[in-house]
Amino acid sequence: MTPIRALLAALTLLGLPFTVAPSLAQDGPLRIDITEGVIEPLPFAVPDFVAEDPAGGEYAARLSQVIADDLAGTGLFRQIGSDAFITQITSFSPSVDYASWKAINAQALITGAVSATADGRLTVKFRVFDVFSEAQLGEGLQFGGTTTAWRRMAHKVADAVYSRITGEGAYFDSRVVFVSETGPKDDRRKRLAIMDYDGANVQFLTGDGSIVLAPRFSPTGDRILYTSYETGFPQIYQLDVGSVQRVPLPVPGDSMTFAPRYAPDGQTVVFSAASGGNTDIYRLRPGGTPERLTTSPSIETAPSYSPDGAQLVFESDRSGTPQLYIMPANGGEPRRISFGDGRYGTPVWSPRGDLIAFTKQNAGRFHIGVMRTDGSEERLLTASFLDEGPTWAPNGRVLMFMRESSGAGGQSSLYTVDISGRNLKKVPLDGAASDPAWSPLLK
Amino acid sequence: MKYTGKVIVLGLVLALGACTNANRFGGPGAGGTDPNAGFGAGDPLNSTGIDQSSLGAGSPEYFRQTIGDRVLFAVDQSTLSDSARTTIAAQAQWLIQNPSYTAIIEGHADEQGTREYNLALGERRASSARQYMVAQGVDAGRLRTVTYGKERPIEVCSTEACYAKNRRAVTVIAAGLGS
Repeated sequence: MTPIRALLAALTLLGLPFTVAPSLAQDGPLRIDITEGVIEPLPFAVPDFVAEDPAGGEYAARLSQVIADDLAGTGLFRQIGSDAFITQITSFSPSVDYASWKAINAQALITGAVSATADGRLTVKFRVFDVFSEAQLGEGLQFGGTTTAWRRMAHKVADAVYSRITGEGAYFDSRVVFVSETGPKDDRRKRLAIMDYDGANVQFLTGDGSIVLAPRFSPTGDRILYTSYETGFPQIYQLDVGSVQRVPLPVPGDSMTFAPRYAPDGQTVVFSAASGGNTDIYRLRPGGTPERLTTSPSIETAPSYSPDGAQLVFESDRSGTPQLYIMPANGGEPRRISFGDGRYGTPVWSPRGDLIAFTKQNAGRFHIGVMRTDGSEERLLTASFLDEGPTWAPNGRVLMFMRESSGAGGQSSLYTVDISGRNLKKVPLDGAASDPAWSPLLK
Repeated sequence: MKYTGKVIVLGLVLALGACTNANRFGGPGAGGTDPNAGFGAGDPLNSTGIDQSSLGAGSPEYFRQTIGDRVLFAVDQSTLSDSARTTIAAQAQWLIQNPSYTAIIEGHADEQGTREYNLALGERRASSARQYMVAQGVDAGRLRTVTYGKERPIEVCSTEACYAKNRRAVTVIAAGLGS
């Protein structure tokens, strides 16, 4: 068994029973030396990319660092520092001296080259090697773009390496929209911001003059739905990410509207409207007027579409406490799927379709959890004073959520966790942040 | 329009306060320094009770401080307690006696519970207070509701002592619109 195949086997175990890895599923012996829940991260080396011209030299080390941070940040890989290297990579060659990488136990080796033109075009090339198999893993690839997009190109290289070694979909080249927070707890200022998935390149999308809540990306990542109090009442707006222009969602009447989410078609929107003491779920199709999908006198909110657009999972307190339900996307009889102790909210359907992530409140603690779409195999991944609002990475393997500390000085931060419950990490940001929503993988 | 410019300005200040933070409503500068500020509300029926040295019964300050602008709720509940009904009935009488004002009823939740659920719960609480006020005879057109969910706590500790004060409906008096 090669080490890389061992990692694949480990991932299969890690994600059981959710992972689909057909080529390995019957490969029983591969799992022998893997203890479920314990994985030795796969050691890799990513020498500084070779600068093919002086302008490219400015980016060589930075590209390698972002790639290394992406991979090591998953908890599935461990970087071998350059001080351990026996040989240096001085040219971008299809042949490498495997023995010298074996000697330092680098099981994966990533080599690359970078060049830049005077007018700001960057070209990044890379190869991945399975050192112990003495073979290149997949073909070499090349990305081109502007020098300002150098981090994105690094993420794309890391995405390719991650996908080739794990068999999973990519997610590093993605962004997150969130609510940036300042001020004390009883005078919180909130504004929309967007960042790279790893907390870099924060940009603000709105001012902090009104409360803004719970932004959601369109399936193409070019638009954002969110709730704002700019009229004094909660109302849903749609914001164009490129132009930062916003328009209110056309909803007649004076209902308060919130908890919006796009359908997979990117045009239809589901949301909650509250009026007269009752909150129900509505759907707004392009050019249409809102259609009411639930009619119960209880609270129905936080709708989220299945990836095929056929069903909605949402939160309702019709049983007396907030629980999760699934109904057809056109409305109809809901089926309750949460039956554990406590209260369930903010369900979000995985982009893979297999799981539903949620917030659970039980015995004075909050958890982020996942369950199958029939409610079975519930697993709580986190626990704290207040964990809330999971959002899926584009590959359905990682969740981001907000964690708020307790008391007068309580502050919100963003965290990520694997669906296995491993690798809980705080997203490095200056200042407090809440309500993350992950974009699709960028093109 | 029979109101003085001063009252209109007062109303704007109050309305702005309502939009940003209930806790600031009626703070310094919102009329409290002017002993006459309370006279702006048309002709209070109980004008004989007005004392130049305190805020008049027809003033939003009187409403907030003497009648009481808020009622509290049990966890997850929007049902009005007996004392809440008493407070809201008194609020309703004040509104009936001071017809030039309107009110926005804010519904709030404590920090337990998710953002979305608490928005719905806050609306339920505000609506519960509004319905009782309408039942007491206040014209429904003078009352709007808004939910803040858990966005605007007035107490910041993370224990039941604070949660209990944050689970509230606050009646914020505003200048009459179009009357």
